[in-house]
Amino acid sequence: MPGSAVATLLGSLINLNGSGHYIHWGFIQISVANVILIGLMIVVFIAAILIPFHRRGGR
Amino acid sequence: MTVETDSVSEVPVDVAADLPEDADQWTAKLRHAAVEALPPQRLMPDRQPAYVASWIYVFGVLTLAALAVVIVTGSVLSIFGPTWWHVSSTGLFVNSLHLWSVEVFFFAMVVHLWGKFFMAAWRGRRRATWITGVVSFVVSVGAAFTGYLSQQNFDSQWISTQAKDGINSTGAGAIFNVTNFGQMLMWHIMLLPLVVVALVGLHVLLVRRRGVVPPFDLPNQHEVVVDPGNLTTATAANLEDQS
Repeated sequence: MPGSAVATLLGSLINLNGSGHYIHWGFIQISVANVILIGLMIVVFIAAILIPFHRRGGR
Repeated sequence: MTVETDSVSEVPVDVAADLPEDADQWTAKLRHAAVEALPPQRLMPDRQPAYVASWIYVFGVLTLAALAVVIVTGSVLSIFGPTWWHVSSTGLFVNSLHLWSVEVFFFAMVVHLWGKFFMAAWRGRRRATWITGVVSFVVSVGAAFTGYLSQQNFDSQWISTQAKDGINSTGAGAIFNVTNFGQMLMWHIMLLPLVVVALVGLHVLLVRRRGVVPPFDLPNQHEVVVDPGNLTTATAANLEDQS
């Protein structure tokens, strides 16, 4: 099935089986997935400020 | 006087809406107040100030778009029920759309929040806009939380058993039982969506009412403000007057 093929391909890239990965720093504990997501939000935030927005017809 | 002119259909709508003897009616007062606060040109503007031409202003609309997908996919899930979304391929797909549109919703909302925070977007009589946005965010967290509790899987069991101690410590556990699936599902699909949609609707109306907050350096500059039907070059003081 195509669906299972895609699942196998993605599963080979990111192994979602087993327990999650966490970062411990003192009393702070956060999953790697959430750290990646927060980092991505920061990247998008900075990019949204820096990348020029082309206006149509001077609007 | 002819039959045609006596006909109700011949009375222009504007005249019929502003009969002097109706001025004291609450419908007339409410209508006038609403039109004065949000005239159609301001409610649905064709153009925005020049400073809005930045990607950082996109994330509010992106949040709204994601919320629309959340509502639509949630409605589809409600129509067919848990057996459908757990078992059938289409159901699983719509369920996943519902989850990932929520992820996009929060992603865009957080970037929107950061942008507005660093703009100090509560300036210029925009406090209510900021506060409705903050409260929308908090209520959305509750809506997402009850959604995670409604998944009917080990994840929802884990989240509910972890959360019950925290909720119980506040004393709210007596009326808000996170291990009660039926109650959490009702909060998720009825109460909290109503509040979120109402708050977001009010937030958007306030954005239209007060306008998008100008940049910090605008008071010392002349900014071209394009208002439908009233093309002017306005200073920041004029902007404040308009708000």
